[in-house]
Amino acid sequence: MKNNGLTRRQAVVATGAALASPFLFNIARAEAATIKVGFPVPLTGPYGAEAQDQVRAAQVAIAEFNETGGLKGRRAELLVRDDKLNPGEAATRALELIESDKVDFIVGSLSASVQLAVNNVTKVRKVLYNSISQSDAINEAKEFSRYTFHEALNPHMTGGAVGRYAFSKYGKRVVFLSADYAYGHEMVRGFQAVGKAMGIETLADIRHPLGATDFSALLPRIQALKPDVLVISNFGRDQQIVLKQATDFGLKKSMKIVAPILLYTARIAAGAKAFEGVVGGTSYYWGLEKTIPSARAFNDRFRKMYNGRLPSDYGSLAYAGVKTFLMAARQVGTTDPEAVIPAMEALKYDYYKGPEYYRKCDHQAVQSVLIIESKNAPPGDPDVFNILAIDQLSEADLRSCQELGFH
Amino acid sequence: MADLTLQLLGLQLFTGIALGALYVLLAIGLSLIFGMLTVVNFAHGAFYMLGAYVGLWLLMHGVNFWTALILVPLAIGALGLLVERTLIRPLYGRGLDYPLLLTFGLSYMIVELVRVFFGNTGYPVDTPDVLQGAVDIGVGYFPLYRLFVIAATVVVLVGLWLFLERTSFGLIVRAGARDPEIVRILGVNIARVWLIVFGIGTGLAGLAGLLAAPLQGVIPEMGGPILAESFVVTVVGGMGSLLGAVVAGLLVGVVVSMTSLFAPEMSRVAIFALMAIVLLLRPQGFFGRAGLMS
Repeated sequence: MKNNGLTRRQAVVATGAALASPFLFNIARAEAATIKVGFPVPLTGPYGAEAQDQVRAAQVAIAEFNETGGLKGRRAELLVRDDKLNPGEAATRALELIESDKVDFIVGSLSASVQLAVNNVTKVRKVLYNSISQSDAINEAKEFSRYTFHEALNPHMTGGAVGRYAFSKYGKRVVFLSADYAYGHEMVRGFQAVGKAMGIETLADIRHPLGATDFSALLPRIQALKPDVLVISNFGRDQQIVLKQATDFGLKKSMKIVAPILLYTARIAAGAKAFEGVVGGTSYYWGLEKTIPSARAFNDRFRKMYNGRLPSDYGSLAYAGVKTFLMAARQVGTTDPEAVIPAMEALKYDYYKGPEYYRKCDHQAVQSVLIIESKNAPPGDPDVFNILAIDQLSEADLRSCQELGFH
Repeated sequence: MADLTLQLLGLQLFTGIALGALYVLLAIGLSLIFGMLTVVNFAHGAFYMLGAYVGLWLLMHGVNFWTALILVPLAIGALGLLVERTLIRPLYGRGLDYPLLLTFGLSYMIVELVRVFFGNTGYPVDTPDVLQGAVDIGVGYFPLYRLFVIAATVVVLVGLWLFLERTSFGLIVRAGARDPEIVRILGVNIARVWLIVFGIGTGLAGLAGLLAAPLQGVIPEMGGPILAESFVVTVVGGMGSLLGAVVAGLLVGVVVSMTSLFAPEMSRVAIFALMAIVLLLRPQGFFGRAGLMS
């Protein structure tokens, strides 16, 4: 408890310091010269820990940009706002950022429905937006805005990559247990899409209410169905509780538990036991630095700014989300959206995890999915995952542009 | 559902009883307080959450789980005594809604204070070492810790029953529940009885919170949903009836468990459907006395 209090305080101080320094600098310079990046994330609520890490990582991108000369001397500044994980709140904050703060870009959000709310605002206002949380809907033609880019993975990509790995390795008799909302539904669809081609047998597709605290009533049935693989698609605290209870019920002895997204922050918070042996997907794990130089550089920079701390998966998406806009703007010498969009579409970048680019039709970042397994690391050891495989996706692994409704 | 075996049903029944055990502990405190003091304690969920956090704090400071099982109900019970003496007592005789609003506000304050001191992200709580793992109960493997929760509830219920039925203080409690006026005329200090009853009720809530912590971790908001469900239990069992709280608590647990087997999406709704049915057929609940709320 004491330790946690300290690190939280340190984080606030570090964030404050990072926020303060460009601010002081700006007073001395002409205000209009600053490039403003609006950053609405759910600082309060169940994903608070993840959101705070998003802020940290975004500040790394801002600091790097400013140190390397900015855009013809124009410096960047991050305007952090709390969207409280609420679509209405997020839309209001986004509108304020556009109207009163006159931001050049918006990057952020950590929920499928919240990012769609922000997307609605930026689409109408013609403001550049980079979404850094998972959603399938944001790729579809009816939601598409040419001002919006999607740096995060989507459930189709994640479920597909994890499914390809898990079903070929652990077996084809599958039970799905998912949170009963968009994220859970989209994940199951992603798994089913690859599963169909691989000939999996779905024994049960169980939905649990979002924010459930006890899963025990669902577990005996899953035990009795004797699947090879149990796919659990939920997030945050739901994931922590269900994995703990599944471990208590002894499910791991007879089946492999698979989670499409294994969160670094949740694993650190929950400890080793509940997550041990669980296989899942992620957009980033810091251990990638052993093989990928850009990951090494990013981690080192992050460590230096935050006292040896390591970046999380969702945090790193914020880093890339902010950095792509700033680099594209630097390339074309302006923040004018009409000039930045083609630069973004042409960008081939490797900022922290290997090669990436945005697909032209839906602005989805084509990138790798890491398959990881949680290991029994002692408390305090940040090396909590083994990287089992790196699935370098190609456009063929995404839903096709036609499928999404583009013509 | 091709593989619906007797074993699965048995295991599911057991799961329901384990779920119900926590409802029983919470509902019995609610019912005791309502039956004696006619106070609808909306802070009961907050005391439950506080029990979990005090337990977590003790465990982190090297206190073992068994000692915490004694200390937590004492601490939360003592806090209950303080709350009754200073906040609730001045409101007696002013109608049902005064203490209701007070405890409602109090619950918000307690939750907010816990957020200030412990943060709002929550913590996992490890199952005590000797209670880890699953054991074969004849119909399949069942987590040892959940068996322990059932056993602990039984011990508490037996203790409470002995206290109420076999001690002179218990006699006064039962008499006071029936007719406080007469008890007071007979020269009994009923204020002291109410104080202690409130303390026992909150202490039980604290104990339930500690027992729940290794099952689901702790988070400041954990008292909210279970408070609503515990109210359902007291209403179904009959407001003020201890036997009703026990029977209805177990029934609600089993209903949740069985619904989860056939239609998981409906498990939460099932609790309230059960309440609606009971209220239609028997408005005072299983063992409730009519007219207590008026």
